[in-house]
Amino acid sequence: MTTKRVLIADDEENIVVSLEFLLRRLGCDVSVARDGAEALRQAQATVPDLILLDVMMPGVSGYDVCQQLRADARFAGTRIVLLTAKGREAEIARGRALGADDYIVKPFSTRELSARIRALLGLGTV
Amino acid sequence: MAATLTTLPAAQVLGVSLLYLGLLFVIALVVDRRAARGRSLIASPTVYALSLAVYCTSWTFFGSVGLAATQGIAFLPTYLGPALMALLWPVLLVKCLRIAKRERITTIADFIASRYGKRRGLAALVALICVVGVLPYLALQLKAVAASFTLLTTGRAEAHGGLFGDTALVIALVMAVFTMIFGTRHLDATERHEGLVAAIAFESVVKLCAFLAAGLFVVYALFDGAAALFAQAAQDARLQRLWSFEASVGGWFDWSLLILLSMAAITLLPRQFQVAVVENIDESQLARASWLFPLYLLLINLFVLPLACAGVLLLGDAVPADNYVLALPMQAGASWLALLVFIGGTSAATGMIIVETTALATMISNDLVLPGLLHRAPTADLGRWLLRIRRAAILIVVLLGYLYFRVAGEARSLVSIGLISFAAVAQLGPAFLGGLYWRAGTRAGAYAGLALGTLIWAWTLLVPSAAATGWLPAQWLSEGPLGIGLLRPQALFGLDQLSGIAHGVFWSLLLNTAAYVFVSLATRADAQESAQAALFVDALRRGAGEPAVALWRGGVALPELRALLDRILGAERGEAVLQDYRRRRGGTVDDNDPGLLQHVESALAGAIGSASARVLVASIAREAPLGVEDVMHILDETSQVMHYSRELAARTEELRQANQRLRELDRLKDDFISTVTHELRTPLTSIRAFSEILTDNPDLDAAERQRYLGIITRETERLTRLINEVLDFAKLEQGGGEWRLEPVALAEVVRDAANATAQLYVEAGIALDLEPIDARIRVRADRDRLQQVLLNLLGNAVKFAPRGLGRVQVSVTADARDACISVRDNGPGIAEEDQALIFEKFRQGGRQSGGPLTGKPQGTGLGLPISRHIVERLGGRIWVESRPGGGATFRFTVSLETGA
Repeated sequence: MTTKRVLIADDEENIVVSLEFLLRRLGCDVSVARDGAEALRQAQATVPDLILLDVMMPGVSGYDVCQQLRADARFAGTRIVLLTAKGREAEIARGRALGADDYIVKPFSTRELSARIRALLGLGTV
Repeated sequence: MAATLTTLPAAQVLGVSLLYLGLLFVIALVVDRRAARGRSLIASPTVYALSLAVYCTSWTFFGSVGLAATQGIAFLPTYLGPALMALLWPVLLVKCLRIAKRERITTIADFIASRYGKRRGLAALVALICVVGVLPYLALQLKAVAASFTLLTTGRAEAHGGLFGDTALVIALVMAVFTMIFGTRHLDATERHEGLVAAIAFESVVKLCAFLAAGLFVVYALFDGAAALFAQAAQDARLQRLWSFEASVGGWFDWSLLILLSMAAITLLPRQFQVAVVENIDESQLARASWLFPLYLLLINLFVLPLACAGVLLLGDAVPADNYVLALPMQAGASWLALLVFIGGTSAATGMIIVETTALATMISNDLVLPGLLHRAPTADLGRWLLRIRRAAILIVVLLGYLYFRVAGEARSLVSIGLISFAAVAQLGPAFLGGLYWRAGTRAGAYAGLALGTLIWAWTLLVPSAAATGWLPAQWLSEGPLGIGLLRPQALFGLDQLSGIAHGVFWSLLLNTAAYVFVSLATRADAQESAQAALFVDALRRGAGEPAVALWRGGVALPELRALLDRILGAERGEAVLQDYRRRRGGTVDDNDPGLLQHVESALAGAIGSASARVLVASIAREAPLGVEDVMHILDETSQVMHYSRELAARTEELRQANQRLRELDRLKDDFISTVTHELRTPLTSIRAFSEILTDNPDLDAAERQRYLGIITRETERLTRLINEVLDFAKLEQGGGEWRLEPVALAEVVRDAANATAQLYVEAGIALDLEPIDARIRVRADRDRLQQVLLNLLGNAVKFAPRGLGRVQVSVTADARDACISVRDNGPGIAEEDQALIFEKFRQGGRQSGGPLTGKPQGTGLGLPISRHIVERLGGRIWVESRPGGGATFRFTVSLETGA
């Protein structure tokens, strides 16, 4: 099984650090973007297997990134997980409508986050 | 002296007259078409004011100069009265308009009858007084046209011969046709006759222009200006008497009575009621009319005295003084001007004939003919009949006027005929005015006053007129009837100090008023009457546009109601009336609804007058009419309800606004909570994540453990800061907290704040420059709060300055009173429209949304509002100077410590 490539897009430094840690523990190849525009650039370059996308980022929002990636056939196989600190029903629905595969509300449980990402990437239990 | 007058060929004059009347037809037709397309022309207050000038008839046009030539300023009261009345319009006429619109009043007869309980008898009496009183006045117009026609075509002033009589007839018939076409366009007499009114307003312009032209011509072409004319007049023995007030007017009492008379006339003459009330579009038209109309009167009287003087000087007795206006240009050979003057006089006459006839025909058809007709076998389409009757009435009125003119109209001057008519309609005054302002006035009182007043009018003013023409024995005037001296028509009860008109007006109005008041006090009003009295007297308290009060009990079978409507208005209009009511009630109509009866009564009143409408509706209503108590109860209740509903409307509006403010606040609060929540969740996320990581991964090496524990600590501190900020703000909002004001060295505070934020700046790679601050600058402040402001500003600046390239400068200046602290960044700047907003709570301006830094809210959004609170409480102010792309400079002032 090839190493899964995961892109983390979030502008909160410490959250990025924690996500990076968790994903490396899952054996993923992790790259990081600090805002929406950078996330798009990196995604175009690497076509990751999964993107953890913060909704509220400076400039291009997570929704925008999600929408643009979903419009591009190259990302048909890319899983997109939205991260938000709001977590209202309407937002979750919006994320789903834009083609997000999952939605994780901050603060999150690390175990649950790991479990969901494993499921999405088709990784077995470690 | 024998004057030579330049004449014009009869065919030419007749041709021009007919062309002019044709023009009137075209104007009326065009305006009616426009109105039909919903573009009303007569809604203009100017057109309204001009239509009121139908008051100025040929009596004004020719007669004023005639009167001035013999009696000086005696012509003036006729115009002073209306000018005075115009001042009262905003009070009196507004009330009439409210009533007339609500009760759908069609004529002055309808108005008075409606006030006293909608009785046909009273309506018929008023209509009769109007017809009898106004007929001579109509005749006068025909006489004026005929006389001026004769003079213009033959140069002779005698009112004899065949041709001019026919001219009067031709004019009369053309007027009748015009009025039949434009005065009876709708069955509903309360609907406006736009074409007719426009034509009348046009005629008012024509007659004014013609009269002014004649005046200017005479004063400046025949004489060297007014001064020269009057200088010459002052030398003339024939004009001496004109300069004496006593000689011209006869005394102050006569003068006042004549003013009173014309005040009554401008209000009560059927044609004035028609243009002022029935044809009125909107109350707002009154404002301009109440100065424009007196101005019109002033203009049309401007040249009366000069023309009279010139007439006496140049023409003398060669022509009757009533003809001076026309004869002066003729003598000067100015044919074109003579023709213009003739057209002006014709305008004055025809305008009066048209409107007066319209009003009288409505009265005749609704109040005199219809009641008899209703009792006969029911006609299928009464409405069409009614229009026919009205048209026939127009023809009859005009022809009666013509007849009167042929038989009796030649003996008297224009003014005396006019004044007798004025005196007749003035008899309506007490019942009218009392009806508007005196609740206790009763129908019996109105009958008594009207009857007695009219009787005295006939005796004191008609009998002398008839005796003068030989129809009655002349010794009645000299010795009284059967030799009873006290009953002499011109010196009733021995009063012989007043002139003929003033004498008649004095006795008729005095006895009329007395009878009205005493009989009213002696009688009691019935239910219907009390109700109407209350509706009229309290009209202004009910506000404009409110529907009529339902004074019916129980209901009516719908088919019967429908049959009645169809019979009078025709099936189409009948259906429209019911539809209208349904729409207002929002759907269904149930036949136990007293409001429906009221609605139908109103609709019928517009067509057949209020009295007949009342009788007809009563004939199909299921239950007996209400008693006095019931009526008063309903009225009180209605006025209460209206009072409450007005109050309710005001409160509702207040509530609506308060609600809107609350909603706006609520929305801001939601945004705030959402922002705060987001800000709280972010550090919580890190804290939870690393706690779990540390728990789940015991194998982490010491360095990593330390690093993660450090993150947890810092994020906890961040959380604490946020919570404190929110609490601080809440406390500041409530004005709470202890403030310790003391001298504070500004340099120290700035340094401390810079030290506290230094780490942030290092992390973000932003340079923080502190300009040297004079250590002696001390301000009066609470040290901690002041530091909080600085921390907020420095914290903001580091957030917005570009990472790596950022530069934030802090500087302090001081003047005599204040120190000013500035924090400048080289970030993206703030749009001008957001510069005030960012200091308001719950707002983060363009920094949160829409600006270049969209996406992430920066902090709670409370930093700047908190800072503002603090600065303002310390007596300073805080503001930002910025332009997008050019960085932002936040400045605030603090008072210098003065005591130390």
